[in-house]
Amino acid sequence: MPHSLIFWLRQSRCVDCIDLLREEASLSNYEEMWKKLGLDLTRHDELLESLEGTYESIIASQRNRPKTMAYFDESVSVAHCARVKELVDRKSKGEKVIGTFCIYVPEEVILAAGATPVALCGGTQFSIPYAEAMLPRDICPLIKSTLGLGLGRMCPYLPVVDMAVGETTCDGKKKTWEILATMVPMHVMEVPHKKEQIDRELWSKEVRLMKDKMEAVTHREITFDTLKQGVGTVNRKREALTQLHDLRKGPVLPISGKDALLVTQLALLDDSERFAGKVEKLNEELEERAKKKVEVFPPEAKRILVAGCPMVVSNWKIHHLVETSGAAVVCDETCTGFRYYANSVEENAADLDELLENVADRYLKVNCSCFTPNQERVDDVIDLAKKYSVDGVIQYVLQYCHGYNIEAVKMEHALKKAGIPILKLETDYSEEDIGPLRTRIEAFLERLD
Amino acid sequence: MVEIRVAGIDIGSRTTKLVLLEEGKLSEFQIVDTGLNPLTRSKELLSGHRVDRIVATGYGRHLARTHFADNVITEIKAHAQGAHFLFPQCRTIIDVGGQDSKVIRIDENGLVEDFEMNDRCAAGTGRFLEIMAKTLSFKMEEFGDQAMKTKRSANISSTCTVFSESEVVSLIAGGEDRKSIALGVHQAIVHRLSAMVDKIGLKEDIVFAGGVAKNRCIASILEKRIGAKLCIPKEPQIVGALGAALTEKT
Repeated sequence: MPHSLIFWLRQSRCVDCIDLLREEASLSNYEEMWKKLGLDLTRHDELLESLEGTYESIIASQRNRPKTMAYFDESVSVAHCARVKELVDRKSKGEKVIGTFCIYVPEEVILAAGATPVALCGGTQFSIPYAEAMLPRDICPLIKSTLGLGLGRMCPYLPVVDMAVGETTCDGKKKTWEILATMVPMHVMEVPHKKEQIDRELWSKEVRLMKDKMEAVTHREITFDTLKQGVGTVNRKREALTQLHDLRKGPVLPISGKDALLVTQLALLDDSERFAGKVEKLNEELEERAKKKVEVFPPEAKRILVAGCPMVVSNWKIHHLVETSGAAVVCDETCTGFRYYANSVEENAADLDELLENVADRYLKVNCSCFTPNQERVDDVIDLAKKYSVDGVIQYVLQYCHGYNIEAVKMEHALKKAGIPILKLETDYSEEDIGPLRTRIEAFLERLD
Repeated sequence: MVEIRVAGIDIGSRTTKLVLLEEGKLSEFQIVDTGLNPLTRSKELLSGHRVDRIVATGYGRHLARTHFADNVITEIKAHAQGAHFLFPQCRTIIDVGGQDSKVIRIDENGLVEDFEMNDRCAAGTGRFLEIMAKTLSFKMEEFGDQAMKTKRSANISSTCTVFSESEVVSLIAGGEDRKSIALGVHQAIVHRLSAMVDKIGLKEDIVFAGGVAKNRCIASILEKRIGAKLCIPKEPQIVGALGAALTEKT
């Protein structure tokens, strides 16, 4: 029995999850479940142990955390057991599970088909060697981690999904779907490179093609009503997150950047309605804290905006370094931040066609560096830097990422012109460069004094 | 309240440097090998002196803070402050140490404006010179002078230290003159530094610091490459420790 699991479950202080604790007797059933899913149990157990260690030292060790964070801690601890079982149970009732890797893929359409979306992106160094046995080393760590989880048979989600939806955002991901397609049925959406009229038409068609695919794989028709419901759910989730992140704008910080990041990372993994409700509860507590001036950082802590590549669950490296150097991350302009929750889908529509168009519209507002010229993202970062009263911006680039690395040049020029101090960090998932990163971050913070 | 004796200690991976400031003036300094136990070595260094405040910098600074330092700053800020004190007109610092190199842009008050660091690759650091000197059977102290004895250099094309070492061995086996190879090695290291220098851009006065700044051949090639004169402190290795001590000055 993996002792790590027992440790996590015993750590839980979440009242809503008492039932899960009572199920301790059924922990051995999880091993059966993992075996049935074809996982390598030894590797999987090692993965969980390494995650437990990381979680303890980085997340759980923080002081003065909001009480309602307990649900999100619990979500992480049950990610490989109870949550997987939840999905397996849904499948036994005929519901489908759809894997995703990118925030351009419309969750609303998946929900409208009565299916559950779940992100399959890897955030752990542990699985990377398994991908490096096949792929060249000079590739994005997120891609290697994701592929490695599959190749190493360490991820329970990959064998659970009925289909995965990929996209043509960057070259690395685009070509990796060809390999992943040998492990799971894949549908690839063509995400355009520009936002002109012809690109909008392409994207509009791609959303409809995806809708058809979802209907085919779930054997369910997507109607105006089911899509409206899906739109409502995801909009609710976005609005809850928007409110959460709005609460980081003021001088009193009721939540750490690490915790805010963790919550946003979980948005892509948890049940949407349940998650939205929990974030709403968290927001209530944070509003109270803000009123009572309960803050997790002293007022003199430097305020930092992190802009750039996504950070998937268990990747808290940069936030950890920044927040243990006396500064606070107050805003994330990343796929696991602003780009995820900004903009709702327009719910007013006459029919299914118009609603699908509204969905396509909303997603094309996301400003990832895979688009060109993407001036909108530069404007977003400057706007956010002002709204969040930041002292400096850190550009976070995943190692070997051409898009964000090159876009970083014009971002730096623009921020310098706007008088906002900026630091670029290109890094991977490993522990190797912790020292050099810390030196750069500390030197940057010294500049802000 | 005026601090009487402030110690700045720069704990590097190869050497540890101590600087003592008495009423804002440099009174003593010491440079020792860090060895295997930076904590022990630092304490030994400090034990011989009466100090009121200790500021630590360098790769061992956090260890120092846990055990004895009152304050820590990064080696970036430390070099900025140290170079500014020694050369008030300094606006750019090129620091090449045993295992890292950096280029720092500062303003008229010695405050850091921008910086670029190489702490992941041995090429472009003192380490590169050490390895090549050994391969060529030259002592480190004479390596630069030997390289300056010839006008013809043997080109080193590899960017990686390990591969460069192999290249040097091949050149020796091929009968190439050791001094020419030495000159090629010195040109290679400046070539590596140039990329970082170009990223930051140069503004005079330019200070050249770190152990490698003691090498006249490097200084001469670098000056030619950047097309400007370098200001080299008498003791280029202690700039960081000096800067650390200066941050406690009131």
